[in-house]
Amino acid sequence: MKGLRIVVLAKQVPDTRNVGKDAMKADGTVNRAALPAIFNPEDLNALEQALRLKDKVEGTTVHILTMGPGRAAEIIREAMFRGADGGYLLSDRAFAGSDTLATSYALACALRNLETDLLICGRQAIDGDTAQVGPQVAEKLGLPQVTYAEDILDCTEGKITIKRRLERGIEVVEAPVPCVVTVNGSAAPCRPRNARQVMKYKYARAAQELQDVNEDYMSLLNERPYLKITEWSVNDIRCEAHELGLSGSPTKVKTIENVVFQAKEAKVLEPSDEAIDGMMKELILNHTIG
Amino acid sequence: MNSVFVYCEIEEGVVADVSLELLTKGRTLATELGVKLEAVVLGSNLKGVEKQVFPYGVDVVWVGDDKRLYPYTTLPHTSILVNLFKQEKPQIAFMGASSIGRDLGPRVSSALHSGLTADCTSLEIGDYEDKKNEKVYTNLLYQIRPAFGGNIVATIVNPDCRPQMATVREGVMKKEIFNASHQGEVKTIDVDKFTAPEDFVIHVIERHMEKSKVNLKAAPIVVAGGYGVGSKENFQLLHELAAVLGGEVGASRAAVDAGFCEHERQIGQTGVTVRPKLYIACGISGQIQHTAGMEESAMVIAINTDHNAPINKFADYVITGDLNVLIPKMIQYYKKNSK
Repeated sequence: MKGLRIVVLAKQVPDTRNVGKDAMKADGTVNRAALPAIFNPEDLNALEQALRLKDKVEGTTVHILTMGPGRAAEIIREAMFRGADGGYLLSDRAFAGSDTLATSYALACALRNLETDLLICGRQAIDGDTAQVGPQVAEKLGLPQVTYAEDILDCTEGKITIKRRLERGIEVVEAPVPCVVTVNGSAAPCRPRNARQVMKYKYARAAQELQDVNEDYMSLLNERPYLKITEWSVNDIRCEAHELGLSGSPTKVKTIENVVFQAKEAKVLEPSDEAIDGMMKELILNHTIG
Repeated sequence: MNSVFVYCEIEEGVVADVSLELLTKGRTLATELGVKLEAVVLGSNLKGVEKQVFPYGVDVVWVGDDKRLYPYTTLPHTSILVNLFKQEKPQIAFMGASSIGRDLGPRVSSALHSGLTADCTSLEIGDYEDKKNEKVYTNLLYQIRPAFGGNIVATIVNPDCRPQMATVREGVMKKEIFNASHQGEVKTIDVDKFTAPEDFVIHVIERHMEKSKVNLKAAPIVVAGGYGVGSKENFQLLHELAAVLGGEVGASRAAVDAGFCEHERQIGQTGVTVRPKLYIACGISGQIQHTAGMEESAMVIAINTDHNAPINKFADYVITGDLNVLIPKMIQYYKKNSK
């Protein structure tokens, strides 16, 4: 069969898993500066599934599409170091304040610029844990979806076979392509960087990253066009402005409450009913449990 | 007035607990709003299914009975809900935050351009003032959920779009019979009218339930036991506490070596490293080899008979006493205080 044109949807996220005690400020709020920006973990599992298809089916290409600030080009480069062929950065202030629906709308509009046989993304991103963008992109594009994928078992002309891991079991489904597949963290981990790919792509840059470069770099870019990471603004996709950003987001954040961690002074409790009752109440109240 | 709808999941003819929990919550909110509670059940061989949901206070149950609707696949269930919601215009719609609800919810919300909030931990009715547009909304659904890895709690509202949709994980809401003899109305869904032939393009070719692997690293709550737990039988108490709190059971090396617990649950230098929101250390003295695997836990409760145990240095709460007495008390008071 002929090669597949695969697009992996990925997101750069703050590393919320490593919120240690140092990542909390004295007032109990999150010290975002102390959190590194990383490749969303399940998007790496998605990339691996795409790269396996590339290994299997000759002529397959894998590109990343991400929406975010200029800095998010880092994850496109990271994917290229691991075997992806290139990527697209969708970046514009017009997208600021998007909820999952407005995000999905913008991504779907960008995807209409590309010809794609298969869309793969992580099940969810660790900063929001909503698992909504994958299915919503599928709906916007009118494509079927297979969520909670653990392994793409087979992909032949027009048909893909996927093992899904659900909370209480597994399911094997057959879906037509093109479709959208969202991949679980239980899937195979992503391969590490490949030294040759790192050498080839270490100078790859998106337009927003080119502001401070010198002439030498610009001539390198002319010699090696594959170093250019395509960047799209709102003007490069066909979309309705009112569907983007805050105005395109049906959900609004009413209030945000920081979970305040108490000072590190152990409370020594008596093994009494009153003490246990009080402790459970505190843990429920500060959202540690329940 | 527009109703509160709950999509009910079904497995082998039985309505899922998460759906019954949502019906319980939905009943409370529907009563507060003075509207009906309606349930949707889609599947195959559903005769008599209404008897499972009426005791939870359901006023209307919509039943779509067709062999193509079980096992669940995304597209036909989406089409039915989208068309039913267009027809009935519910103000609120709930689904379980399960592998079905989290597959279906976003698809339906996208088709209807309505907002959806995933994994809510609390749902309330209240007012909202849009200061920018100087508009006040009354009786909106407050969708309350943790975000940012549990470091913030956000209250989300959907001021203009309907239905206001939310998913909730199993075990978060309480399941409670409303009235054992409550009777509602059964309405039949015309499946052919609400679906299209191209909705049936995904085929489930294999399906079986498996016990999932232990995933200590992803558990928000870890109940860990050490040699001080004393026996494999006593470890059962830890499993009970973990099940109630929605956590996993871990163990120190000493407990694993003594045969109290499987090796895959070992935490520490030679086991896994965990960073849960809450770590409950039971009968663990707190040797450095163990604490290396748990010291980044956000909150620690230490239960030990030795009030000088090294683990206490890491603890936010220290309780000196017998865990065979204390753990049942924790279960009891958790149940009492949670919703």
